[in-house]
Amino acid sequence: MADVRSIRVEMLARVEGEGALEIDIENGAVESVRLNIFEPPRLFEAFMRGRAATEAPDIAARICGICPVAYQMSATHAVESIYGILPSPEIAGLRRLLYCGEYIESHVLHMALLHAPDFLGFEDGIAMAAEHGELVVRALDAKKTGNALMILLGGREIHPINVRVGGFYKVPTKAELAKLLPGLARARDTAVAMLRWAATFEFPNVEGDWELVSLRHPTDYPLIEGRIVSTSGVDISADEFETVFQETHVAHSNALQGSVRARGAYLTGPLARYALNFDRLPAHIQALAREAGLGPVCRNPFKSILVRGIETVYAAEEAMRLISTYTQPKAAGVKVVPRAGSGAWATEAPRGMLWHRYEVDDEGTIKTARIVPPTAQNQPAIEADLLEVARLHVDDDDETLKLACEASVRNHDPCISCATHFLKLTVNRR
Amino acid sequence: MPRPRLAVVKFASCDGCQLSLLDCEDELIAVAGAVEIVNFPEASRAIKPGPYDVTLVEGSITTPHDAERIRQIRADSGLLVTIGACATAGGIQALRNFADVDEMVRAVYARPEYITTLDSSTPISDHVKVDFELRGCPIDKGQLLEVVSALLAGRRPVVPGHSVCIECKLAGNVCVMVAHGTPCLGPVTHAGCGAICPGYDRGCYGCFGPADTTNTASLAAWWKSLGASERDIHRAFRTFNAATEPFRREADLHG
Repeated sequence: MADVRSIRVEMLARVEGEGALEIDIENGAVESVRLNIFEPPRLFEAFMRGRAATEAPDIAARICGICPVAYQMSATHAVESIYGILPSPEIAGLRRLLYCGEYIESHVLHMALLHAPDFLGFEDGIAMAAEHGELVVRALDAKKTGNALMILLGGREIHPINVRVGGFYKVPTKAELAKLLPGLARARDTAVAMLRWAATFEFPNVEGDWELVSLRHPTDYPLIEGRIVSTSGVDISADEFETVFQETHVAHSNALQGSVRARGAYLTGPLARYALNFDRLPAHIQALAREAGLGPVCRNPFKSILVRGIETVYAAEEAMRLISTYTQPKAAGVKVVPRAGSGAWATEAPRGMLWHRYEVDDEGTIKTARIVPPTAQNQPAIEADLLEVARLHVDDDDETLKLACEASVRNHDPCISCATHFLKLTVNRR
Repeated sequence: MPRPRLAVVKFASCDGCQLSLLDCEDELIAVAGAVEIVNFPEASRAIKPGPYDVTLVEGSITTPHDAERIRQIRADSGLLVTIGACATAGGIQALRNFADVDEMVRAVYARPEYITTLDSSTPISDHVKVDFELRGCPIDKGQLLEVVSALLAGRRPVVPGHSVCIECKLAGNVCVMVAHGTPCLGPVTHAGCGAICPGYDRGCYGCFGPADTTNTASLAAWWKSLGASERDIHRAFRTFNAATEPFRREADLHG
């Protein structure tokens, strides 16, 4: 008789949005793993048709409350590419600064409140605070600094109001920005402390063989600009995205799944950005990475917490650099003149590459919109990880297996809310 | 005395409103001490069954399954508070209410037959009794703390229903409509954000939905006199709170 074991994780916790896991185990062997996304479809790409392209940044932001800046940046630059608008160095710098705010907020939230509890055996960050109070308090302070940056530049931390096609509505004074410097210096030190703390965690010995995909920029660690490159030799502009990558729709999920047309699953996000852009990090941050046990490439998804730490240090330092070199521009933006055309842009959301394409008519009305969020791209890679982790833990009790699988998903900081267009754990042992 | 049991649940939404709770960096540990957070999947894997003393509900109802799920959550909850434009007004995804949802699903998904969704996005109050509605896209975290504090103290939350105009005056903002000729939804929009947009030289775009009393027709006429097109006016009212009665009606008159 077949040995049947059935486990379910109905609701994946400490991720953004609603999903679940299902694992089939037959005679003690893991047969398949499925990530179910039951986050309801919201149909953004459909209702953006007929809207003004200038509304795209505000509407697209509502796809995700966790990384609205990413949505605003990809949308804004896609539309600006159609309208022939090239942001001035001052505006480009302010946008990068705003994005640094989102990196600090999102990465610190994930490291301290969502991810670290898995390594230390806590249900959540608040329970963890009882034993690691000082660190949690410092993390909350750093998170607050990221938010303060978004509040000053964006008007508010969730769905900022100050970004527009052509620039900003209002730009800050140098004095207003300078007030953030002490908080950013503290956030930088906290990120280093969190990195050193996380480096003491015990990491499962797993490696993913996924193709890594990220932006790459001639000089900078990529946030807003760059070509799309991969560890298998992809090197294309955002306009060429669809020639290399595809989204397919599977029955078990409300999310579309990304793949490289020629090869299959790929991974975007911190591990990919880091591996493909290690040489773009300042030498002292590379040294911090080595001190934390990281090489120039990290393929252990559990160690993504270390890479987020590195990226948080970078974001805080980059924000300080951008503030110290800031000169307030005379105008907050340029006048927008609609023209017909289509344009695509990708930026690096904290959890991975976010690609947008819009087609616009001569009055500036959106004819078609296409948005490929990071978690949709990462879903096949996350499932591949799950298969490996489930096989590693197949002989363990159900609770241990369940926890290992949940943690494996959380490694990638998935945002299920935006992937609906992600997740439930059911383990069927037969 | 046992601490009140708090749940935070989600329907169709972006997660931003519940993130507002985690964004209370200065207050989070204190809130977690004052209430027992027993069901908040975005923050914790410790998910305990009801009953709950207070349930914060984010998101709108867009699937047959969710229409059933909210009834169970209502039955499990002492006080049920909706947070944000999705839960109080259907949210941006209520734009489907004015379109052919099957066509929309076909436009987004290669295999529409895998998708189960309703042809409308509706607020929680269309389905079950709601004890308090907190507006905004996203909600204001100060208002969220006020609602949680008030409910813990057993008093009614102080959340004024006047327009954004009042907040602008309190903030000392220059009126963007009068001084700059910038079309602004502030006169008909519910207060709560602190008049952020006019403070950034931008017209209000209606995140908090209609104020308690509105004269949308008069505002639409003002917009016209400032050069806004019929389509601009239609779009302004038909965005994040499109399915609310005053905004739905005004949008129908333009376009």
